[in-house]
Amino acid sequence: MQKQAIFQSKLLPYALVAPQLAIVLIFFYWPALQAVIQSFLLQDAFGLSTSFIWFENYTELLSDPAYFETIVRTFLFSFAIAASSLSVALLLAVMADKPMRGGAIYRTLLIWPYAVAPPVVGVLWVFMLHPSLGVLSRYLRAAGIEWNPLLDGNQAATLVILAAAWKQISYNFLFFLAGLAAIPKSVLEAAAIDGARPMRRFWTVTFPLLSPTIFFLLVVNIVYAFFDTFGIIDTMTRGGPGKSTETLVYKVYNDGLIGGNLGSSAAQSVILMVMVIVLTGIQFRFVERKVTY
Amino acid sequence: MVEQEGFRRYVAHIVLWIGIAIVAFPVYVAIVASTQDNALIANGQMSLLPGGHFFEVYYQTIFVGTSGSTREPVANMMLNSLVMALLIAVGKIAISIISAYGIVYFRFPFRMPIFWIIFITLMLPVEVRIYPTYKIVADLHMLDSYAGLALPLIASATATLLFRQFFMTVPDELLEASRIDGAGPFRFFWDTLLPLSRTNMAALFVILFILGWNQYLWPLLITTRDDMQTIQIGIRKMMTTNDALTEWPIVMATAVLAMLPPVFVVVAMQKLFVRGLVETEK
Repeated sequence: MQKQAIFQSKLLPYALVAPQLAIVLIFFYWPALQAVIQSFLLQDAFGLSTSFIWFENYTELLSDPAYFETIVRTFLFSFAIAASSLSVALLLAVMADKPMRGGAIYRTLLIWPYAVAPPVVGVLWVFMLHPSLGVLSRYLRAAGIEWNPLLDGNQAATLVILAAAWKQISYNFLFFLAGLAAIPKSVLEAAAIDGARPMRRFWTVTFPLLSPTIFFLLVVNIVYAFFDTFGIIDTMTRGGPGKSTETLVYKVYNDGLIGGNLGSSAAQSVILMVMVIVLTGIQFRFVERKVTY
Repeated sequence: MVEQEGFRRYVAHIVLWIGIAIVAFPVYVAIVASTQDNALIANGQMSLLPGGHFFEVYYQTIFVGTSGSTREPVANMMLNSLVMALLIAVGKIAISIISAYGIVYFRFPFRMPIFWIIFITLMLPVEVRIYPTYKIVADLHMLDSYAGLALPLIASATATLLFRQFFMTVPDELLEASRIDGAGPFRFFWDTLLPLSRTNMAALFVILFILGWNQYLWPLLITTRDDMQTIQIGIRKMMTTNDALTEWPIVMATAVLAMLPPVFVVVAMQKLFVRGLVETEK
């Protein structure tokens, strides 16, 4: 796609793209390249000498069962967050997608959590479910559950998933609303005339027509769970207890900063980059397909 | 439809109110906690009704800070967050709109390669290149500075793509007409294209402001001085101390203050927000 009506100038266009190009090269390409180079190097503990070690950082990582566990854990978290957040959001969107009194108010009251920062989400939830002082923990204990996410890894993971899913409901809700609004009413009416009850109409008409939105949101939610949960995890559990809430991004942060293992951290970054590129690629292919429909 | 009678409507209203309650509850707890006495909270005897310490807690939070962990007034943290969010939003819009203008309205060697160089940055969030970026910012002596906080987060293509897409839909006749009026590239940009882009810029601004205000990992790495902390980092530092020493009312008041600006933006500018959200995700 190109414009037919354009300006003629030799230098001006370069001047126009120069600021962005400079920032992108300095703060994006240069560090990305550094990460790739670093991932082939081994640095001693004092940073005095470095040696080129080919793929050793990678082979070491990929043969490390702990790293493998982190990958599995990250995907489990992603799917748990996506599934719980998507289903709640879909239910709410279907309920709100009716001409009814107060529709705009409902929408406003449901979308604002999008604006709450991940670390704040972490603080809110950890406070509510803190083992000794949380207002909800009392009820859990009264119900006979031994609730202590500071010690119990599974409970900590549940806590992180709940908090992360909570934040994402508003985003999914908005996109579901848009998706539902795009479904032609005539199709639903036709099904109603054929005698399909509302539940059946939902599963045989609405849900299949919504599948592009669901797929799109699934990818977005997975990317969200990969990256934006950092703030939630850092204020809630710092990856603990043990490593039960350490995701891939959190491990990059931990290994690079606290462990000082820059080579391994860089190799992890590169692996993450590849994962994100694959996810984004899937998303783009899908968006393209949607356009041709 | 056929069965739009009362019962189903009631169900819808009830489900929505339950949803709203679930969504609002954690924030309600935070607001309530920020008005109570710390000793009561620390004993696990927090009430679910507002307490009487509202003014005292917020005064201390905003102007003094915690007495133990950060000792930095939250007003100062909010100022840092505000400057960073505005720099990111304005900076990104400014450099993106002119580079999109260059790419759409001019033909020049390396036009497409340059476009692709910018486009690819869409794919990688700052989290995956965090340490090398840190090193570059350190080498440029930009640690603990607003430039260091904002510049690496400006390096992304979303806004450029958005403006490019929009410029492609602007009819060619407009350019031809203003050229007949004797307008050069600057006049055309300033008098025609910029006014047309106003809504897009506003929608983008809303989204970028929220994203900027909510940044966490990057400021966490590059701010070491207390007076450069953003509010998100401040909250974490307040909780760093031993649980028993955490001043919960102040932590919760800070959380409430951290939510206030972006939530206000979403609610007050809902139309622009939704538009920006849908467009940046395309």
